[in-house]
Amino acid sequence: MTDLSYSEEEQEFRARLRTWLAGALPGLPPKPSPDDWPGRRAYDTTWQRMLYDAGYAGLHWPVDAGGQGATPTRQLIFLEETEKAGAPYVGANFVGLLHAGPTVAAEGTAAQRSRWLPPVLRGEEIWCQGFSEPEAGSDLAALRTRAVRDGDHYVVSGQKIWTSHAEVADWCELLVRTDPEAPKHRGISWLAMPMDAPGVTVRPLRTLAGSTEFAEMFLDEVRVPVSHRVGEENDGWRVTMVTLSFERGTAFVGEVVACRRTLAALAADARATGRWDDPVLRRRLGRLNAEFGALWRLTQWNVSEAQRSGGVPGTGGSVFKLRYSQARQELYEAAAEVLGADASDLDREWVLDRLSSLSYTIAAGTSQIQRNIVAERILGLPKGR
Amino acid sequence: MDFSLSEDQRALRSGMRELLTGRFGRERMRAAAESGEGVDRGLWAELGAAGFFALRLPEAEGGVGLGLPESVLLFEEAGRVLLPGPLVATHLAAGAVKGAAEGRAVVTVADGNGPVADLGDADGLLVLGDGVRLRAGEPLRDTVRAAVPVRSLDPLTPLHRPAGPVAGTEPLPSLSPHSLRREGALLTAAEQLGSAARTTEMAVQHARGREQFGAAIGSFQAVKHLCAEMLVRAELARAAVYAAAVTGDPAEAAGAKLLADEAAVRNARDCLQVHGGMGFTWEADVHLHLKRAWLRSGRWLTAAEAEEALAAGLGAADRADGGPDGSGGS
Repeated sequence: MTDLSYSEEEQEFRARLRTWLAGALPGLPPKPSPDDWPGRRAYDTTWQRMLYDAGYAGLHWPVDAGGQGATPTRQLIFLEETEKAGAPYVGANFVGLLHAGPTVAAEGTAAQRSRWLPPVLRGEEIWCQGFSEPEAGSDLAALRTRAVRDGDHYVVSGQKIWTSHAEVADWCELLVRTDPEAPKHRGISWLAMPMDAPGVTVRPLRTLAGSTEFAEMFLDEVRVPVSHRVGEENDGWRVTMVTLSFERGTAFVGEVVACRRTLAALAADARATGRWDDPVLRRRLGRLNAEFGALWRLTQWNVSEAQRSGGVPGTGGSVFKLRYSQARQELYEAAAEVLGADASDLDREWVLDRLSSLSYTIAAGTSQIQRNIVAERILGLPKGR
Repeated sequence: MDFSLSEDQRALRSGMRELLTGRFGRERMRAAAESGEGVDRGLWAELGAAGFFALRLPEAEGGVGLGLPESVLLFEEAGRVLLPGPLVATHLAAGAVKGAAEGRAVVTVADGNGPVADLGDADGLLVLGDGVRLRAGEPLRDTVRAAVPVRSLDPLTPLHRPAGPVAGTEPLPSLSPHSLRREGALLTAAEQLGSAARTTEMAVQHARGREQFGAAIGSFQAVKHLCAEMLVRAELARAAVYAAAVTGDPAEAAGAKLLADEAAVRNARDCLQVHGGMGFTWEADVHLHLKRAWLRSGRWLTAAEAEEALAAGLGAADRADGGPDGSGGS
């Protein structure tokens, strides 16, 4: 805890980034509506290309994977500054940049790395995540989608669900069962499936927010080359754990910054409308200020620990995610109180966010699953029955 | 940026843990709780010799020359073992009140209008107002004689209710009431953090050993999830307390106190719940943690005060553009 300040080099990096952002952002086209998926893809990939051209793409990726090999601290600064400048979030590039890409970088062959990583960094290809299934859900390893070897191909059949960006994705990081006889964690493989392969059907699902954030995906004898498998056959669970540790590590950094901005805006709104005179509301906002301030410090703590241990985020991510997802929901509950009767107007700012926030305690591992992880892997309590 | 403990800090912490394990182990703590004997002068002097009180005094003045982050680590250890006595006030008085730095004097504080902790043992009483004043010697003895002993919620913290408003006699110009309140809140938060981490360990230990329905209760999700939330509370409080110690920022100190109070109180309650009927007995230590946590919550900075202070900082012009700006170093 000696050092919360940034080195001169890090400060220079921050200043350069700030200058670049100030120049680059006005060049972006207007933001598309949430349901315009082709528009969102174009917008997000345009931004990714701009980052690439400026040398900010894959900042924390290894150099031999096309990245800049930056320290987690630099990545933290990058996420902080881009969010503060109001730059687009990773959006449709999310899976490619934060899940599939890092997994291929860590576990893929040289050929796989050179085939899949550069297009992600340049914003040319979009990935989606084919992990969840209707009958599996939180019990991720209970997946049933099967892949049967046929020469140098796998023939894949089954169904995936909650697949974000599926409508506009080029690739899917797909978990399949390659050995139905093995114990459930052992018979799984990780495949990169082209989304335009015959037999892939995508059906958008409507969320409770009214939008189409994710989709169902039906796979009917889809042929995937064996060379598209990342890691060994039946070793996909371990490969997946690598992916998930990335997901739960620094994936939410930008969002903590965003929450602090929203909170300040809520306070300003409450002051303007006179709601600020209500001590119950005021104290609630004060408590949230403590909460997000501490979550930011916890992020810095986790990043420092990751930096010490060589870059892979640890179980600290579960601790963070549990508290963050809850706090973010509380933030929008407070927003509804600030809005008063207008909290039922879907066109008012924060109302859609309030609806979206309901997913935070479910997506990327439910809070119940995260508590099991904390209890078993950090506290060493016995496995449940 | 490297927001993690240095080797020196780890060594300091383990040194203090060793000293406290040896001198104030569980048996000693229980004996102190049963007898209500007050401050152990021998231990107080040992803490003084180990630099507990003089930690932040410059070396030229006989201190150790370390900072708030190091103090926080020591107070966390004190909180873990329920070390009694006016540790915070004496630490804050080091350098300003004679004998405090060496652990020869016991200095307590009048914190608002409520009962005063450890008044009967005190050689000095800090009175906070627009400035900081000291009451000592004969005037202090008068105050003690006139005060009424209070049956204290916490068996390890004797309380007295003064007969009327207490005034300090000797001004202590080297102490500012603002930094005293901020640091008092932060060091108390560090004690709360230590207690919250300790009750988490106690709950986990019990949940691993205690069997019901043919299995360790720690294998049941209901119990497991209580324990997981305890860890989450303690770790969030840890990040807040450590960061506030590094930056010295008043709003961060308020946030740290708020979250550490919550962690200590809620964790003690959950620990009690995990212990079941056993947790409701006098023999289990958990009630001592809870009572002390409640007591500390009401001192230096209450939840209501902290929340108001944190709200006041919200939406103010210099913070409106959104929190962390990367300049948080000190």
